[in-house]
Amino acid sequence: MKYLLLIYSNPENWEHPIFLHSPEFLAMSAEDRAALSDQSDTLHREIAESGELVVASALADPLTTRTVRVRDGVAATTDGPYVEIKEQLAGYLVVDCDSPDRAAEIAARIPDARFGGVEVRPIMGMSGQEM
Amino acid sequence: MTAEAGRPAEPVEDLLRRCAPRVLAALVRRYRDFDTAEDAVQEALLAAATQWPAQGIPDSPVGWLITVASRRLADHLRSEHAGRLREEHVFSRLTPDDQFAPAADAPPETDDTPILLLLCCHPSLTSAAQIALTLRAVGGLTTAEIARAFLIPDTTMAQRISRAKQRIRAEGATFRLPPEHELAQRLHAVLHVLYLIFNEGYTATSGPSLTRTDLTGEAIRLTRMVHRARPDDGEVAGLLALMLLTEGRRPARTRPDGSLVPLAEQDRSRWNQESIRDGRTLITRTLSHARVGPYQLQAAIAAVHSEAAEADQTDWPQIVQLYRLLDDAAPNPVVTLGRAVAVAMVHGPHTGLELLEPLRADARLARYHRLPAVRAHLLEMAGDHSAALDSYRLAARLTTSLPEQRYLHSRAARLAGNDRDG
Repeated sequence: MKYLLLIYSNPENWEHPIFLHSPEFLAMSAEDRAALSDQSDTLHREIAESGELVVASALADPLTTRTVRVRDGVAATTDGPYVEIKEQLAGYLVVDCDSPDRAAEIAARIPDARFGGVEVRPIMGMSGQEM
Repeated sequence: MTAEAGRPAEPVEDLLRRCAPRVLAALVRRYRDFDTAEDAVQEALLAAATQWPAQGIPDSPVGWLITVASRRLADHLRSEHAGRLREEHVFSRLTPDDQFAPAADAPPETDDTPILLLLCCHPSLTSAAQIALTLRAVGGLTTAEIARAFLIPDTTMAQRISRAKQRIRAEGATFRLPPEHELAQRLHAVLHVLYLIFNEGYTATSGPSLTRTDLTGEAIRLTRMVHRARPDDGEVAGLLALMLLTEGRRPARTRPDGSLVPLAEQDRSRWNQESIRDGRTLITRTLSHARVGPYQLQAAIAAVHSEAAEADQTDWPQIVQLYRLLDDAAPNPVVTLGRAVAVAMVHGPHTGLELLEPLRADARLARYHRLPAVRAHLLEMAGDHSAALDSYRLAARLTTSLPEQRYLHSRAARLAGNDRDG
């Protein structure tokens, strides 16, 4: 089962990895900061080695976002995200896991889950059972 | 072994995939190094796929492949950075017996496919990795084919397979049958992986899936292999029978547009009778001598369904009995769902709904679409259309399968008096 993990952040400076620049992170002790960075590295290594990681990408600054709407056959492009909110989509992972609980566990270990939030969305598949 | 060359009608590709696990088993047994051996076998298969159609199939295809793969393996070992050290390392792991054993290119006497499967389904791997490795090492599929089948980029799948092989090596897994007390559990993991592969390919839909590898066919082929190697194992036979019986319904279970047809509405004249007959014969024979287990019981239930010429001739009382045994052998909420439907068919929908009541409080099922789907079906039977409608809609929101979602919406629309299928 594949899941899309959406990482939301409220960055001061849009620089990846974003959690490293969050005010909450910067306020932590050096020891805690190192521990959290390690947690991130360990997680990526673990899900790459287990074969669960399908793809991971960081997204560019919301400043570079363009939103396209077509109305009455006319495309209108506006600068900026679809919804202006404090927390913006900063990156995403697609993971292939045995259970929704495992996907949630991975999400919880992404450091941004502490400062912003990580949304876990199942990806629809084509396999189905007759009922 | 020359018998294999005596079947000119078999396409080279099928012959290669049939030989693949035996070649790999021979190499792993001899050189111990699963990771490198697997790469070498893939290269040998590729060489055969290009040479055989033009030059003819050798007398002993397995022997030819083992010779070529052994050469490639030696090349790999030599070309590695610390080549010399590595070779010594490999040879130090050979027992004296191995060094005086017949040449590696002598075709193996025994079929080591089950050992190979046990290795691919090693407990240290996630099921996604077990599935990928099984399809490649035992199924002989290419990485690109597996990637397409699971809708994952080639590079990701290649990485998944290579990490899985490294992990097996790191775990120090050996190429021999595990001790008896572990064997049953390890074999169960293999059957589960084959079952997952089968289910992944179970929906035949139009569109993008046309290019998907036939995973159900592959699962059946691999399960047949295990059954040949362990003919007395009742659960292996049970799983094979279950697959054959389920696969037999495939022609009737989807409409041309890819939408699902429930069992009760299938045109049974379109079932593949040969597959169903094979499955029924196998499960009947197995139940008469083996110790009964969950796969056998599921196959027996599928067999009872297959015996009814029309849905309303189904022997539901017998299905209720089988579900009762299954609930004892492997109690889980999914079994209860099936049992509730069968009970409803014998004793009425309210009795079935009562069986489902405890499940509604089960936190594990809170987001599981099958519970509201079954409830909706039973509520509809009971004539409570408004509750059934809510339940179908809830199930449609919870499923992560596109064909199931379409089916559930169509049931809801039918109840709402707004039949989409017209």
